[in-house]
Amino acid sequence: MALFGNLTDRLADTFKNLRGKGKLSPADIDGTVREIRRALLEADVALEVVKDFTGRVRDRALGDEVSKSLNPAQQVVQIVNDELVAILGGEARRIQFAKTGPTVIMLAGLQGAGKTTLAGKLAKWLKSEGHTPMLVAADLQRPNAVTQLQVVGEQAGVAVYAPEPGNGKGDPVRVAKDAIKEANRKQYDVVIVDTAGRLGIDTEMMKQAANIRKAVDPDEVLFVIDAMIGQDAVTTARAFQDGVDFTGVVLSKLDGDTRGGAALSVASVTGRPILFASTGESLDDFEPFYPDRMASRILDLGDILTLIEQAQKNFDEEESLKIAEKFATDTFTLEDFLVQMQQLKNMGSIKNMLGMLPGAKGMREQLENFDESEITRTEAIIQSMTLQERRVPKLLNGSRRVRIARGSGTTVTEVNGLVNRFEQAAKMMKTVARGGTPQIPGMGPIPGQKFGSSKQQPKKKGSKSGNPAKRAAENAALAAPKPTAAAGSGFGLGSTPGGPSEEELASLQKFLGR
Amino acid sequence: MASPWSLSSALKGMFARPTIDDTTWDDLEDALISADFGPDITESVIDELRASVVKYRTTDPVDLKRMLRETLEERLAKLDPTLHLSNRPAVVLVVGVNGVGKTTTIGKFAKFLTNYGRTVVVGAADTFRAAAVEQLATWAERGGAEIVRPQQPGQDPASVAFQTVERAQREGIEIVLIDTAGRLQTKSGLMDELGKIRRVVEKQTEIAEVLLVLDATTGQNGLSQAEAFIQHAGVTGLVLTKLDGSAKGGFVLAVQEKTGIPIKLVGQGEGIGDLTGFTPHVFVQGLVG
Repeated sequence: MALFGNLTDRLADTFKNLRGKGKLSPADIDGTVREIRRALLEADVALEVVKDFTGRVRDRALGDEVSKSLNPAQQVVQIVNDELVAILGGEARRIQFAKTGPTVIMLAGLQGAGKTTLAGKLAKWLKSEGHTPMLVAADLQRPNAVTQLQVVGEQAGVAVYAPEPGNGKGDPVRVAKDAIKEANRKQYDVVIVDTAGRLGIDTEMMKQAANIRKAVDPDEVLFVIDAMIGQDAVTTARAFQDGVDFTGVVLSKLDGDTRGGAALSVASVTGRPILFASTGESLDDFEPFYPDRMASRILDLGDILTLIEQAQKNFDEEESLKIAEKFATDTFTLEDFLVQMQQLKNMGSIKNMLGMLPGAKGMREQLENFDESEITRTEAIIQSMTLQERRVPKLLNGSRRVRIARGSGTTVTEVNGLVNRFEQAAKMMKTVARGGTPQIPGMGPIPGQKFGSSKQQPKKKGSKSGNPAKRAAENAALAAPKPTAAAGSGFGLGSTPGGPSEEELASLQKFLGR
Repeated sequence: MASPWSLSSALKGMFARPTIDDTTWDDLEDALISADFGPDITESVIDELRASVVKYRTTDPVDLKRMLRETLEERLAKLDPTLHLSNRPAVVLVVGVNGVGKTTTIGKFAKFLTNYGRTVVVGAADTFRAAAVEQLATWAERGGAEIVRPQQPGQDPASVAFQTVERAQREGIEIVLIDTAGRLQTKSGLMDELGKIRRVVEKQTEIAEVLLVLDATTGQNGLSQAEAFIQHAGVTGLVLTKLDGSAKGGFVLAVQEKTGIPIKLVGQGEGIGDLTGFTPHVFVQGLVG
């Protein structure tokens, strides 16, 4: 069940009717607003937030800024996006560190929200930022929560302070207090206090949380909330705000097929910013939260910025320019292809990256089934070629192909497939490269078309799904060193079937400051 | 502290009014949506009630309240909530997304069964999450059940399940509860693993029940969880946990109606005795008042 993805579909449908209209009548706007309301409710945004939100969108849509603009429909999407960003907290905020002594971060939330796992992720992230975090096991309620934290701490490679065995024994307030002394003594600069899960209506437990807060005087109190929570998000968030007065929110389990209606509810009701989003089971699946990017994600405009950042982090710019040059001069070989692929592998999960492309929601299911080992297989095929063969693929006659297939443990058909795809890709990239560097608008549609084609191929031929998808990602990576408006807007736009036209979306994204 | 929102208090104001008017309907819609029934079910419930109000020519909100209770009860009672644990050993597989309370539910369920004089063994097939086995062991001890642990960390969960069933057959233990690792329904690899556990156990004996644990605070995502787990694990019943909080779990009605899988158990707290069978009447009573 697509959740927020729905919103885009619904808006696209509504806007199809609006297209060509120079003016929006109040009835048109009411219809659109009703669709938005329903889509938000299905995405589990709290009712009072939905009412508020649609009210504001409606007022603005009926105002002058829309009626006077050249394309009212786009203006409405722009308004929705603006309001989403506004609710989600506008600017991205980071953790505030203490000026002296250790920075104390306390985690609180419902049972099963993912506090303990998050403690590990946060610690690992802080460690990679050059801090020396210490985890504190103040969840003495849940059976073996202490053991779990110890294991998580070990995985993250950070210290864990756990003086009490837990399982209902010991005083969490004392543990938290002692932990600060311990951190001072051992010179840890960040203390992360994991507390027991508690219900918003459990007064006694809320009092305990408040006492822990009083005892350690934390610099940040993070409220961890499951992205899948429904209408109860508001009640729970309010209870925790009254009980412990958190300073920031962390969204967990954002990797299900939910798109995080809870994010909107909590941010809107409490006015506290969302600091982090936690997305998977591995301790590395943790990222700072960017409101504007989340808004794009909700509207399914993709998360190009994060994608580009990841690409930049792992991509050698010089190398990429060299490759681009090779495309232009028609000297791109299978050898370069191999290097590209290995770089790509460094970037992390292809699934994650593709999921950030706009319009990728239709592919989500296929993405999940996408077999990353396909890359390894392709790598094996290329590595089974001689250097000369890699440079001059024309050499590859029948018997050479049989040898390569045997050497790489694949079949001749697979080798043929790879060579064909390589030739096509090289040809296409050549056209692209001749059209100029990525920021020239002509670049735009081409990766888009390829992205679109990658959508169909996995259906036809399951085993070959790796390569087209990979090519799309590669395109993204190639454009990455020069993130500009046009490069961003180019990706995957051709792949929104039945939605607004390509030009519309392109100009829409310009509106959105992409 | 803010007083917790509840459907019954939201409804109280509405039913105190002298007649049914447009505000009544709007308020009712808001109340149902706030209880996580979701836009679709809310709409169909309201349409049904509107039709009844016209049919019985009533304008009294008290009648409406009664009708609401009846409608919800009738919808929830359509399916049979009995657990079928007649074969020996009766194998119960417990599945769900992360953090819904699978392990806790197993502990309570074991206690529930030992109270009736049944012998129970639990299998710790959650070999993934840190310290999950220890957590289950603590619960098993409280519930008076035997436990089969994986021989090494990260062991294939299906083999733990196999060993558990084997032990039950060997020692004549009546009921086998198997704990599985939490998994999000979108992770197809992990979902396939559930299929494997199922296949492995089925070679030994028939699986009596596959229980999907759902967190009452979940919203409309609960439906997509249910659909995925039904497809991969062949769920036969639902367990609704954390009903002691402020969440009302209205989404289970949508789940039950769309999938045809009945709610079988309800968890209401952290105590070992806080698990009961599902009775539509009690559930609706708690909801509507």
